[in-house]
Amino acid sequence: MMRKVSRLSRFNIASLALGLAFLYLPILILVLYSFNTSRLVTVWGGWSLRWYREFFNDRAMIEAVWMSLRVAVASATIATLLGTLAAVALSRGERFRGRTLFSGMLYAPLVMPEVITGLSLLLLFVALNAERGFWTVTIAHTTLTMCFVAVVVQSRLGSLDRSLEEAAMDLGCNPVRAFVAVTLPLIAPAIVAGWMLAFTLSLDDLVIASFTTGPGSATLPIRIYSEVRLGVKPEINAICTLVIALIAVVIVIASLASKLSSSQGESAAPL
Amino acid sequence: MSSRRIFARPARFAAIAPYVWMALFFLVPFAFVLKISLSQTAIAQPPYEPVFDLTAGWEALKAAFAALSIDNFKLLGSDDIYVFAYVRSLTVAVTATALLLLIGYPIAYGMARLPKRWQAVAMVLVIVPFWTSFLIRIYAWINILQHDGLLNQILLALHLVSQPVVWLSTDTAMYIGIVYSYLPFMILPLYATLAKMEPALEEAASDLGAPPWQVFWLVTFPLSLPGVGAGVLLCFIPIVGEFVIPDLLAGSNSLMIGQTLWLEFFTNKDWPVASAAAIVLLVVLLVPLLLYERLQKRQLEQGR
Repeated sequence: MMRKVSRLSRFNIASLALGLAFLYLPILILVLYSFNTSRLVTVWGGWSLRWYREFFNDRAMIEAVWMSLRVAVASATIATLLGTLAAVALSRGERFRGRTLFSGMLYAPLVMPEVITGLSLLLLFVALNAERGFWTVTIAHTTLTMCFVAVVVQSRLGSLDRSLEEAAMDLGCNPVRAFVAVTLPLIAPAIVAGWMLAFTLSLDDLVIASFTTGPGSATLPIRIYSEVRLGVKPEINAICTLVIALIAVVIVIASLASKLSSSQGESAAPL
Repeated sequence: MSSRRIFARPARFAAIAPYVWMALFFLVPFAFVLKISLSQTAIAQPPYEPVFDLTAGWEALKAAFAALSIDNFKLLGSDDIYVFAYVRSLTVAVTATALLLLIGYPIAYGMARLPKRWQAVAMVLVIVPFWTSFLIRIYAWINILQHDGLLNQILLALHLVSQPVVWLSTDTAMYIGIVYSYLPFMILPLYATLAKMEPALEEAASDLGAPPWQVFWLVTFPLSLPGVGAGVLLCFIPIVGEFVIPDLLAGSNSLMIGQTLWLEFFTNKDWPVASAAAIVLLVVLLVPLLLYERLQKRQLEQGR
């Protein structure tokens, strides 16, 4: 008889349960307290939507939300275009001049401390005498997020069976047509996932936006940050809950979309 | 084979637009940081003496080169504030990365041992908090850790403490925040290598009589080292330059370099010193950055 080693020990289960509780409890508590009537953040005074009403009456906050959404949509879209092109060049372009520099420039911002990226872009914008606001933040976010898109799309391109493209070309497609007709539909889920990632990263960013924005055009994280520094306010709980809900909706829609678009029924990896 | 080469040419053209973009908005800005770090502070807008003015011609350019100074870098080396900030950043990053590895490894290991169906679910569960905003996750902890926050209420109710404990503005709070924010970055690469591991290897070791801890220490852990390396670098590098977490959760008496840079830039308006601090930070991170880049490239190119 062969002795079957039990794969899942009690220690494994305990560490998984504790780990997931650690990841989720703080967020759940925050969502719960956003429905709290009491002004004291930690005293439960019953359910209410009071802080949501307060948020919708806060003009400055609403403007910040609008600014953030516009920047996120614009930068995610440009970043998805550029990032996909970069991924195609890196995984299908074989050798070309400056390839090492190119891939270096694409991987570095992934882990570069945000203070450095933000500072360097601001110095550029000041030198160019550009008016700081929507466009400068959008450019900054595009520069950061296109690198994430490139990595997501490149890993999908790498796992793709290249004989499909080759078959299309052997059957008379030119390379561009083979790419559009064969490769593009196959990597569509990764492109959608890349857009989602870029959108949420942009919506999330505080440091780079703080450096590159100008007076009067604060993004939502900048507003939240300045409020939080002054102390905990229940209204912030409500805003955070709304942002979490928005991101959840984006993830669900995008993963449904990528499921539909993918012919093999594969879903896009969330990362 | 030949069609592969035909494909390569238009694919290379795809590089042009992203190449130009990254050169313009990633490479050129660094030239500006370098340039301004070498110029004099001025009380003006922008607050530095311009080093180059290309319109002024060759003579002016030569004069400008002569005016370059490394005073800002000398200041960084001689002023204790900066030296302490760099040392603190590195200490915090090393400690936090070690904590992340200790906490993340058992979770990743548990995930890798789940049945295949559940592994996918567990992975989504680990990634989802990463999608919720960074700032929101820190704010969630302020809610819990503040003076009359949930943690103190629970501790008081259980009579574990007699007075509320000060959690906010301490290093403990900062480490909690860092571990909380970076945990998915540690778990995912670890899980990726652990899940690929051949279970027969562990079974063979235990069939040959090795106790579980020996199986882990002699077989599992050495085989997971690539994942450990990726996770450690992925956490260590951004933590060194971290700004938001120490700013909101740690006390203000010892600053990390990201905070010092921010202060120098926004409050003191000393752009040249801030730029010099950024350059030094980049040099400090150069070795881990290059290591990470090689790892990332190898991983992506293995898939080809």
